[in-house]
This record gives sequence, C-alpha cells and structure tokens, in this order.
Amino acid sequence: MKIVNEMCMDFYACPENEAFARMTISAFILPLNPTLEEMGDVKTAISEAVTNAIVHGYKQLGGTIRMHATLTADNILTVDVIDNGCGIEDITKAREPFFTTETESERSGMGFTVMESFMDSVEVRSRPKYGTSVRMQKNFAAVNLPAAKHA
Amino acid sequence: MISMEIRKHDLIVTLAGDLDHNAAEGMRDNLDERISDSRIKRLIFDMHGVDFMDSSGIGMLLGRYRIMSRKGGSVAVIGVGKRVDRIFEMAGLYRLIEKLA
Repeated sequence: MKIVNEMCMDFYACPENEAFARMTISAFILPLNPTLEEMGDVKTAISEAVTNAIVHGYKQLGGTIRMHATLTADNILTVDVIDNGCGIEDITKAREPFFTTETESERSGMGFTVMESFMDSVEVRSRPKYGTSVRMQKNFAAVNLPAAKHA
Repeated sequence: MISMEIRKHDLIVTLAGDLDHNAAEGMRDNLDERISDSRIKRLIFDMHGVDFMDSSGIGMLLGRYRIMSRKGGSVAVIGVGKRVDRIFEMAGLYRLIEKLA
C-alpha cells in the first residue's frame, strides 16, 4: 500500500525524551483524526518501546534511539523503535508478562504486554550486543479517514 | 508533579501529569523518605490529575506496595481515570491496591 506520510528522528536515550517521543507520535497521527482511545493506545505503546530502549537496551547509560513511522493510504500506522544497545537474549521470555531482567529496579515486566494489548501487531527483532528493533502496527478505522486528498 | 499530605495514619500523595519512567524515577526517593515515617499505615495515591500512565507507573506502584506491606500497611488509589484504569486491570493491580470511591 502506498505510503502517504513518513517521519524519522534520532534522539538521545534519556528519560526526558520518553514524553518527547509520545508527543511526536501524537502529532504524526493527528491527521488521521484518531479517537482519544486510539491516541492513548499509540502513546502508551511508544512510551513502552522507548523506555525499554533507555532502561534495557542502553542500561540507562545513554545512546541513540531511532523512531521511524509511516502511514499508508489505507490508514495503517507502522512505527519502528530502534536502538543499538545490548540486545535481547531471549525474546520469547522478554515478552512474557511480568518477566524482567531488572529485578532490583522496580521494572514491572509489563512493557511488551502493554504494547501487544494496545497495538494490532508487535514484531521484535534483536541481536545480542547489536541492538533491538520493535515494529508496531495499528490499523485506524476507515471512518476516521480524512478527505482522500492523497488519492 | 507531586504533593503530599499526612492525615492521621494516611499519607495522601497527589499525582499529576504523566506517570512514566521519568516521573517515577523523579518522585521515588522523596516518596520513600515520607513513607518511612512509622505513623503512616496507609498510602493513598490521588490519581485525578494523571492523564497518562505506562508500565513504569505499574512498577512504581508495586514498589510502594511492597514497602507498605513490609511494615504492615496498605496502598490505595482514588480518582483513577478510564485509561489508567485499563492499565491497572491489565496488571492485576486491584488485587493488591484498593480502589477507593
């Protein structure tokens, strides 16, 4: 399907940028006229992916996070959150509810569960020592479709 | 954003804005210092002003629940909005944290 809009940004992996990433993705999907619930779903899922990159990928030592998003003519949002951090040893385990490697630092282990609940699909690719890429997709209801100016 | 008030044995903590990893990190030390007060038997989070919470908020609340449990106390919440309520349900927080009317 034809891509009608696209954005890509690199930002520093610090906690202050969790809100920045949420606001950016909110602005990007605004033309789709999302419901408050859809907006909340996307913001929450992005927040989880970005926080994972900061806390787990880069162990809170900083690095660069890339957020790449596209919108297609059939209203499908695809967001990639990519880090070049430590990677995930066992992706299946990492996606289990309440599983966390950071048992000392009050991580709930619910990050991937939240992403899976709020987005239509979540795909995780990771290579230990090289980094992690999380691809999330959400299909916005056709009823929200603004006038088909891109047709 | 955070403000705290002691009423008898309750510590009422008013939260506002986004409860994410950044906010949780920022409030933890200050909060833990206050709940170490032996008079505090119940920690109540007023969530009226919270318009966003993710799993880092779950972690922060569970962490405070553990501290309060160890000293024989409890944790409760008030004013949980629809969106935050969904996160609470997803994580099963209401099994540990009482929702006050």
